[in-house]
Amino acid sequence: MDQNGSILNIQNIEVRYHEVILALKGVSVSVQRGRVVALLGANGAGKSTTLKAVSGLLATEDGKVTDGSIEYEGRRIHNSHAADIAKQGIIQVIEGRKVFEHLSVEDNLKVGAHLRKSGSVKDGLDLVYHYFPRLYDKRGETAGFISGGEQQMLVVGRALMTEPKLLLLDEPSMGLAPMLIQEIFSIIHKLNEEEKITILLVEQNAKLALTVSSYAYILENGRIVMDDYSDKLWENEDIKDFYLGLSDKGGKSFRNIKHYKRKKRWLT
Amino acid sequence: MELFLMTLVTGIMVGGIYALIALGWVVIYKCSGVLNLAMGELTLIGAYVSWWLYSTGIPFVVCVFLTIIIGIILGILTERIFLDRLIGQPLLSVIMVTVGLSFFFRGTAMFIWGPSTKTFHPPVFPQESIHVGMLSITPVFFWSFLVVIGLLIALVAFFKYTRWGLSMQATADDETAALSLGVSVRFVYAASWSIAFITAGIGGALLANINGLNINIAHLGLVVLPAVIFGGLNSIPGAIVGGIVIGILENMTGTYLTQIVPGGIKTIVPFIFLVIFMMFRPHGLWGWVRIERV
Repeated sequence: MDQNGSILNIQNIEVRYHEVILALKGVSVSVQRGRVVALLGANGAGKSTTLKAVSGLLATEDGKVTDGSIEYEGRRIHNSHAADIAKQGIIQVIEGRKVFEHLSVEDNLKVGAHLRKSGSVKDGLDLVYHYFPRLYDKRGETAGFISGGEQQMLVVGRALMTEPKLLLLDEPSMGLAPMLIQEIFSIIHKLNEEEKITILLVEQNAKLALTVSSYAYILENGRIVMDDYSDKLWENEDIKDFYLGLSDKGGKSFRNIKHYKRKKRWLT
Repeated sequence: MELFLMTLVTGIMVGGIYALIALGWVVIYKCSGVLNLAMGELTLIGAYVSWWLYSTGIPFVVCVFLTIIIGIILGILTERIFLDRLIGQPLLSVIMVTVGLSFFFRGTAMFIWGPSTKTFHPPVFPQESIHVGMLSITPVFFWSFLVVIGLLIALVAFFKYTRWGLSMQATADDETAALSLGVSVRFVYAASWSIAFITAGIGGALLANINGLNINIAHLGLVVLPAVIFGGLNSIPGAIVGGIVIGILENMTGTYLTQIVPGGIKTIVPFIFLVIFMMFRPHGLWGWVRIERV
């Protein structure tokens, strides 16, 4: 992918937790303005760590970018305060539906509004309710008691209230029913198309992620092992085997030695 | 009957001051999960500052306002100097730092103002009692109560209706999520410590008018603890009701039980009450029970 027109440029970053544990060993990701870019990979590959490095939330877990650089619109942002990064329009939606449990749905949204520069809180609320009509019905209820799908909508809506330029979505499908996942992803797609929000998406569900994104990176053990346009990855034999569970030859035998050999090839 | 009513009214009024100090405690706990063990010393500092301002001849109302401003400054300084480097560290370390702060503030107050008991001179409030029906109320209590009510209303409104108050509540609920939305945790900490300095300072100034001012006012931090826990550690209405209940209890035992059981029964009863109460409601009156989803 060419470097021009990219809103976010992560160059060869190394991330350490507690100054010892090396979680990312040289990750480079480039996100172009107005696109949806996906980060795929297994548990512990470093996907969430990459997002937290961008949003600055690493600091809350005693993590640090120790090498490389992160540039957002040409400015270096790595290791800045999380609140300052958020002010520049990078908003992370943390995994696990972290709503403010004891506040009402509408108050949750209003917390997001505190960064708004243009427009009133009411405009923001109208926009969120336009995309998530279900939240309008639940606006007076305590956020801790609404359903999981609604909570996911709430955290995305809350991020939308801040008027983000770059949205970092961490596993929006986690623990949700397939119907709800479809609904949430179609809204994510709409947000990208209609509101021109650039999205960096972390997902375990590779099929969905490749459908909604235009470019994707594959992370393993803290390294990028592959990156390409999503439709090309969709056709890639290895991806089909390991991430999509699709194969021409029907079911894949995991006893097959070849499987490991082919996987090894990426890890160099 | 008249004695009972008098005791009750005085209890409510002293309780109001307790409520104010309890509120400072709750605000810090709510926003950062830290049990601020320096609360009594914040009271001490506030009381001494307002006494010192008053002794230079400034009218008491102005003294209270200046105490508020100095409270805000001290809150911000405390955050910048001591707490900022503890973000992301275990809560216990922060609580230990508040213990350190309590010694620091107490030492500073001793160093500047010395150990002798100070009184507000000339007296701030008139000496003659105010008569309401058959009750006669000491003006100090009456005016303190009005000030307390005013401050409590202002603080509740701050949390309910302002953007800052909402950010503080959000941080209390989930710090990381609030941070991800651009809520400045440093601001929230500074604001919560400022509020604690203000409530403790004014509470301290009022109590110093009632009992005189010396280093023992720092023990209030401990007296208020049952009120805080009784109300539920993170509930603002809980702190208010808790403060008043503890105030009434203390005065009632002071009036009726001290004749039978001499000694420090007055200060012990609130704690006995607390222990019994906690057996039935371990979260206090309105404390948060974590919302668990199944």
